[in-house]
Amino acid sequence: MYGFEALTFNIHGGYLEAIVRGHRAGLLTTADYNNLCQCENLDDIKMHLSATKYGSYLQNEPSPLHTTTIVEKCTLKLVDDYKHMLCQATEPMSTFLEYIRYGHMIDNVVLIVTGTLHERDVQELIEKCHPLGMFDSIATLAVAQNMRELYRLVLVDTPLAPYFSECLTSEDLDDMNIEIMRNTLYKAYLEDFYKFCQKLGGATSEIMSDLLAFEADRRAVNITINSIGTELTREDRKKLYSNFGLLYPYGHEELAICEDIDQVRGVMEKYPPYQAIFSKMSYGESQMLDKAFYEEEVRRLCLAFEQQFHYAVFFAYMRLREQEIRNLMWISECVAQNQKSRIHDSVVYMF
Amino acid sequence: MGESGGGGCCPPMDLMRSEPMQLVQLIVPMESAHLTVSYLGDLGLVQFKDLNSDKSPFQRTYAAQIKRCGEMARKIRFFKDQMSKAGVLAKEMLEKENDIDLDDVEVKLGELEAELVEINANNDKLQRSYNELMEYKLVLQKAGEFFSSAHRSATAQQRETESQHGGEDLLESPLLQEEKSIDSTKQVKLGFLTGLVPREKSMVFERILFRATRGNIFIRQTVIEDPVIDPNSGEKAEKNVFVVFYSGERAKSKILKICEAFGANRYPFSEDLGKQAQMITEVSGRLAELKTTIDAGLGQRNILLQTIGDKFELWNLKVRKEKAIYHTLNMLSLDVTKKCLVAEGWSPVFASKEIQDALQRAAVDSNSQVGSIFQVLRTKELPPTYFRTNKFTSAIQEIVDAYGVAKYQEANPGVFTIVTFPFLFAVMFGDWGHGICLLLATMYLILREKKLSSQKLGDIMEMAFGGRYVIMMMSLFSIYTGLIYNEFFSIPYPLFATSAYDCRDASCSEATTIGLIKVRDTYPFGLDPVWHGTRSELPFLNSLKMKMSILLGVSQMNLGIIMSYFNARFFKSSVNIWFQFIPQMIFLNSLFGYLSVLIIIKWCTGSQADLYHVMIYMFLSPTDELGENQLFPHQKTVQLALLFLALVSVPCMLLPKPFILKKQHEARHQGQSYAPLDETDESLHVETSGGSHGHEEFEFSEIFVHQLIHTIEFVLGAVSNTASYLRLWALSLAHSELSSVFYEKVLLLAWGYNNVLILIVGIIVFIFATVGVLLVMETLSAFLHALRLHWVEFQNKFYEGDGYKFAPFTFILAANEDE
Repeated sequence: MYGFEALTFNIHGGYLEAIVRGHRAGLLTTADYNNLCQCENLDDIKMHLSATKYGSYLQNEPSPLHTTTIVEKCTLKLVDDYKHMLCQATEPMSTFLEYIRYGHMIDNVVLIVTGTLHERDVQELIEKCHPLGMFDSIATLAVAQNMRELYRLVLVDTPLAPYFSECLTSEDLDDMNIEIMRNTLYKAYLEDFYKFCQKLGGATSEIMSDLLAFEADRRAVNITINSIGTELTREDRKKLYSNFGLLYPYGHEELAICEDIDQVRGVMEKYPPYQAIFSKMSYGESQMLDKAFYEEEVRRLCLAFEQQFHYAVFFAYMRLREQEIRNLMWISECVAQNQKSRIHDSVVYMF
Repeated sequence: MGESGGGGCCPPMDLMRSEPMQLVQLIVPMESAHLTVSYLGDLGLVQFKDLNSDKSPFQRTYAAQIKRCGEMARKIRFFKDQMSKAGVLAKEMLEKENDIDLDDVEVKLGELEAELVEINANNDKLQRSYNELMEYKLVLQKAGEFFSSAHRSATAQQRETESQHGGEDLLESPLLQEEKSIDSTKQVKLGFLTGLVPREKSMVFERILFRATRGNIFIRQTVIEDPVIDPNSGEKAEKNVFVVFYSGERAKSKILKICEAFGANRYPFSEDLGKQAQMITEVSGRLAELKTTIDAGLGQRNILLQTIGDKFELWNLKVRKEKAIYHTLNMLSLDVTKKCLVAEGWSPVFASKEIQDALQRAAVDSNSQVGSIFQVLRTKELPPTYFRTNKFTSAIQEIVDAYGVAKYQEANPGVFTIVTFPFLFAVMFGDWGHGICLLLATMYLILREKKLSSQKLGDIMEMAFGGRYVIMMMSLFSIYTGLIYNEFFSIPYPLFATSAYDCRDASCSEATTIGLIKVRDTYPFGLDPVWHGTRSELPFLNSLKMKMSILLGVSQMNLGIIMSYFNARFFKSSVNIWFQFIPQMIFLNSLFGYLSVLIIIKWCTGSQADLYHVMIYMFLSPTDELGENQLFPHQKTVQLALLFLALVSVPCMLLPKPFILKKQHEARHQGQSYAPLDETDESLHVETSGGSHGHEEFEFSEIFVHQLIHTIEFVLGAVSNTASYLRLWALSLAHSELSSVFYEKVLLLAWGYNNVLILIVGIIVFIFATVGVLLVMETLSAFLHALRLHWVEFQNKFYEGDGYKFAPFTFILAANEDE
């Protein structure tokens, strides 16, 4: 339903929309990627990036660079952008922006818990966490022994607390459990975010529904593929799918009983939007699926910028930046390890 | 001037036409390339073209050197940062030492950086342990206080319970005793941890501890008043001292993990009072020791920074220059043999000699066996526009450039703007009192020019300073027009003679009814002061200023059209003379030129004719008799002739030009197709003289529509632009009325009260109103209106303004460029 967003949107959102569109103009283009792909070493990459928005973040780095430094600095730029927007935002946009973080929070929680399980140093783990998903007591996660403790000790103070209601078991943590926890949390998060966007209404709900539905479907496919050959039962698997999206509900039922990748393919090809993704792959292949999904996601995210007066541009910008950082990381790694022939395997071009 | 432009019509005028430019090609041997570019940068008269625009920055020849420079620039930024943190100032560069070698600088910078980093690391280590000891000391003090107070309260409580024992019911006493006995047995096993936790996390810390141990702890926190420097981050933070009591090893390990997670630093502490005191003295001793070490380290660091500061500016400049040189070198293309570099760029024709000199010097200085080659290329590209301005003309040229940079060699309105701009400003700002104020302000800027130009000014101040000479001209002219209007802060003064008029009789009773009588010669200069305050002052001034505005406007617009004639002559376009300049002149002058003549005749003869009526009925019914509005004999015939001329000139503007252009194009096209062999010479000639139209696609309809628009714009513009000049009258009226309101309603009113206090307040209000409203805001508005009159009404008659500025490679910019 369209309200009169054009009439009132700019009162609170105009400045930030302008800001985010400005940021979008700073995203690397295909020409930039072509240049980056020709770099001989990391210094070349730094030199090329110095002409982009990353310039001021990299300029004071001493010369023997590492991929991690580049990624860290680029992420810092993303975080700075995000914080600036969050500072300027009013309700309900600030809540919307907060929602964007929750995914990273879930990832960080899982990272720390898994790390502690394998007896890694907490400080080291914290350095690996995504800065967007940080919260005060994150390091305390290491203390917890099982999910109930995890929840009771730490997460009850975080925005993630409501998502925990479905995975409160007293089982000890192990890899399988953690993975299930991650997916349950993600499911709850996506559903909550979806509901929130529906509540916002207007173009925001329309575009965000599309983006989140895609995200949910992608997760469903990934869960299915990853759980093939594990001890996860069909009912458990089905419980992990989010309750919205194009595949809901009939697709989920079919996915839940898939036993190999070709069956997944058979299910997905019934849905026209995903037909194109799967038709690109040969039978029995799943490596390229990630990239195909990323490309489709980027395409949809870019389309979000075609409309005005909605919040999905913020989501799209954050996601595109993250994709860009993934690209940069891949390119840097390839350059650093002299694997330039593989650069094109994983880079997703945006504009 | 005549060599390249071909128009010999006007004498060489520096500012009238932009400098003749040429596209030059330099072929420089590899070994002297660096020096050559450096010398050319000193000269600052060549604008290099980027010949490698298809290559990305790191694929270019000198990418490695640029990276080196970038690295050095990073080190220099690091030094600057360190110096500003330590409060060391970089010394001004006294003498120019140009012979320092880049490699030496690089080595030196590397050494200094390593040294500085090492000293910093050592200092950090010391500082860290110092901060840790500081925290420890605080913990010892606060926790000690806590323990002693707890001890006191415990004994007090004990005493209380003992006293309660006496008075309490007997029933309760056994229970209490039991509790106490349990307490005493458990107390032995209680362990405790002490440390510091950041204050903003203290609440969460306590909560998490409580949850993790299921409430089986006792925590006590004390606030530290002053912020503490955190040993890990080195930043000031507000912290709390905490003491946690727990029981059992599992709880301890949990608490330790949580402490770690919260960045809470733990310190050992003993319950024994004697030990505590001993620890405190020990820690204090070590603190004092560390302090001296740290001070010594800091001293050493400051000395190092001082030595860096001595050479800092020199290095900074050198590195920037080198970076600029390598960026320029990257724009040159490499010869096939890889032995020399080929540069292309624009330079003014007059600079050929200097460039060749620089090339030769570079070749000699770099001991190159081959000299560089300098040659002029022929091109059909439009060269950049370059005016040689000085500090006086540059501000005026800026005003013109803000509208649009002149096309290469087209007539520059800036020449006339030097005078007409301040003049039109002054027409709107005529008051010699205000003019003097403005002059004093701008003289301050001009006299302190040297000092002010070297320092950084604010945004607005910078603008005023940049336009100081324009403001000076404006103030001089407004003193002049102020004398003509006879206004000094709105008060007239009989400066040049006494007024020509006087009362009819001694009582002066008829002064406002019948009027005054002329007794002397006419007032020699400007307005007779007797007009001030009379009933007919406004009608008289309005009529005067309105007519004057039209006269000024018509003459300035005529000047604009005449400029288009000079342009047409210069670019040898007879079409523009015959079918643009001449019909435009006729049209404008047969209508508004005629109006101007009528105005002058009316002034000279003192006729009572109504000029509105004359002008309006000249169009509505040109054949009617003029009657009492006739100003000169045969006026009707003249008017009919003028009207006819104006009507005829409109189609002359519209129709012939597109057709002639079409014909010319066809002729040229034919010539090209029939005689391909002669074409090279011919077309070059055409290109140099006729601009770049030679090879463009000719679209007749487009040209025609363009001409139609031009014609309509001119015809309508003639009316609206003339009306637009009436703003001169309107603003001048507004200014004089405003200033007289401030004078009469503030100053005179205050004066009338005969009270010193009111008078002082009145004077203050008057001064602020004069400065704020009249001197600042009115100046701004008059400036803007003068600007508009120049940009729109004057420049649209001839100015194309679609050129681009000459941006030579020069070190002056490189040196001034800020981060």
